[in-house]
Amino acid sequence: MPREREAEINAARHRRMAALAHADGARIAELWTGAGLPVDCEVLRGPETGLVMLRGRIGGGGGRFNLGDATVTRMTVRIPSGEIGHAYALGRDGDKARLSALADALGQSPAYRETVEARIVAPLLAEAEKADRRRRGETAATKVDFFTMVRGED
Amino acid sequence: MAMTEPVAAAIDGGFARPVFEAQHVFRTVMEAMARPGSVHPVATSARPPEPMTPTVGAVALTLVDHDTPLWLDTALAASEAVREWLAFHAGAPLARTPAEAHFALVSGPAELIALENFAQGSQNYPDRSATIILTVEGFRDGQALLLKGPGIETETVIAPHPMPRHFVEQWKQNRARFPRGVDLILAGPDAVACLPRTTRVTAMEG
Amino acid sequence: MYVAVKGGEAAIRNAHRLLADRRRGDRDLPSIGLDQIVEQLALAVDRVMAEGSLYDRDLAALAVKQARGDLIEAIFLVRAYRTTLPRFGYSVPLDTAAMLVERRISATYKDLPGGQLLGPTFDYTHRLLDPDLAGEAAPEAPATREGEAEPMPRVSDLLGRDGLIEADGDADTDKGPADITREPLEFPLGRDGRLQALARGDEGFLLALAYSTQRGYARSHPFVGEIRIGEVEVEIEVPELPFPVPLGRVRVTECQMVNQFKGSLKAPPQFTRGYGLVFGQSERKAMAMSLTDRSLRAYELGEDLVAPAQDEEFVISHSDNVQATGFVEHLKLPHYVDFQAELDLVRRMRAEFEARGEGGVERQEAAE
Repeated sequence: MPREREAEINAARHRRMAALAHADGARIAELWTGAGLPVDCEVLRGPETGLVMLRGRIGGGGGRFNLGDATVTRMTVRIPSGEIGHAYALGRDGDKARLSALADALGQSPAYRETVEARIVAPLLAEAEKADRRRRGETAATKVDFFTMVRGED
Repeated sequence: MAMTEPVAAAIDGGFARPVFEAQHVFRTVMEAMARPGSVHPVATSARPPEPMTPTVGAVALTLVDHDTPLWLDTALAASEAVREWLAFHAGAPLARTPAEAHFALVSGPAELIALENFAQGSQNYPDRSATIILTVEGFRDGQALLLKGPGIETETVIAPHPMPRHFVEQWKQNRARFPRGVDLILAGPDAVACLPRTTRVTAMEG
Repeated sequence: MYVAVKGGEAAIRNAHRLLADRRRGDRDLPSIGLDQIVEQLALAVDRVMAEGSLYDRDLAALAVKQARGDLIEAIFLVRAYRTTLPRFGYSVPLDTAAMLVERRISATYKDLPGGQLLGPTFDYTHRLLDPDLAGEAAPEAPATREGEAEPMPRVSDLLGRDGLIEADGDADTDKGPADITREPLEFPLGRDGRLQALARGDEGFLLALAYSTQRGYARSHPFVGEIRIGEVEVEIEVPELPFPVPLGRVRVTECQMVNQFKGSLKAPPQFTRGYGLVFGQSERKAMAMSLTDRSLRAYELGEDLVAPAQDEEFVISHSDNVQATGFVEHLKLPHYVDFQAELDLVRRMRAEFEARGEGGVERQEAAE
């Protein structure tokens, strides 16, 4: 596989995994049912909940340090056509991990890629973008607009 | 897409029921460590890639994790499937040197580097030493070793093979480093036995 | 020393049953839901996550409910829970410059790129109790302002350009950052280990230490370079995937404290920095952490060590409220045997003292 093609596939997969990780588990389940996607799979690992130590950088950009743990749930499945899907997300939602791993596997399958993209990933990304825009707008309304008073220098 | 995935063998063959199997193996290893030289059966669903045996795989899945750097002997380290299987199912990083490893997995004990190369712990923290898991073919047909020490009422005999070269002499040196020193888990085809650093070993005549 | 005593099982069982009843309170009232705690007591949840050193809102809310609102007890519960989980790995370092900002202020620059954003702050409130909150009245929807998202570079990066402020420092050694959850504490710590301890340290203790530095016990002339609160992306590298896996976002508070520094033989006069980074929205904690981080750099910067806030072993050994509460509260466990021994000793000493006293009186009488 040419290098650019592989990078493109990885970028799409990263975007898909990000959309799922950010989303609420119940919302994924709702979209999944609506899209009529299959749920058959062989479980290779999980769902299991563990810790990821979150790291910061000293001063924001210097050496790394360990900030504290976060709960993370992961799962790995294989769908009947053979593709293997992985899922990792903050929190302890095993059902979300299962659907996310399925979405990762189906997203690699030519038969389902388009459906996963159009019916799961695209709506999740649109909803996340809308929520972020609203939050940015609410924060922007608290921006301080300074206006200079007459200085008393003379 | 296959090139972005680990080989399938690396993803299959973990514990079918991780919690219960890990508990069973842990309990078995603990019993074996508490009664040095006694042989304890291990039943496992772990199916690691060759040349790692199911028993070694089961012990590895039970004891090693992301926080325990792992050292592999040449034959195991040469297998990409073994390295990926351990990474996927146990998450353990590979140690750069034997002295950094918390655990060592050994498929060919007869070719093993000297035990003194592994982490021995310090006087203050003797627990910071390596536990070495040796793949053995059995516990009866090797050189007979007479064992004495804590956990053994009077004495006991075990004859595992293969074992590291000059094992009795090496073990005497390991004993001399006490409280520092390494501990051994001997993983047979379907059983384990242990030699903690407290056990005194002498070769039996004939 | 304490000794094992048997007995009291029924008393303990009934005490726990009573605790459950008192925790529930008046049963005619609805039980408080975890979602209500997460949404409406969000800053208590944030504190439990920060000092429990575990980012999980629902677990922190459960802990707050189980602990009847006792936050140190809740932190204890969360710490105990996290020890039961395996660790999958370490995240890629959080990039706070790429934060989805919800509040961002600077006391050193008025016109910083991206602006001063007050966000949901208690500042400028009049601290008058609001009787309306006792009822169910719904607040107004927040105002919004449309516009392009402006980049918000960190203030420390702006100041760094003319060399008057110290840089972020070197990348870490290849040994990797210290992890106090895996290695026992050994002093002196590196700044990485100290920051980890401070991030989970008790807010009240760090606040008091920070206050002490302002009152003259290790003066450092601090200015808030920047405080920013918001969400950052978390990613982790795993062996089975060829790219860092996105995990979602966490909310953090970051504080860059800027301090005057007169210079030393090795370093020219410049501004130095203290750093604070805390789970959740917790400005007071992040500020206290950054002041304490700076004061603990006294030795590194060649300053005179004169104050408690500069003493690493003192600060770090006493900053953990779970350890502190464990040792203080263990005193209520039965110490009957020790106390009997002490009682005997005091009785004997008292008898000797009195015998000596009477003897003294006798001698005095004889002399007269």
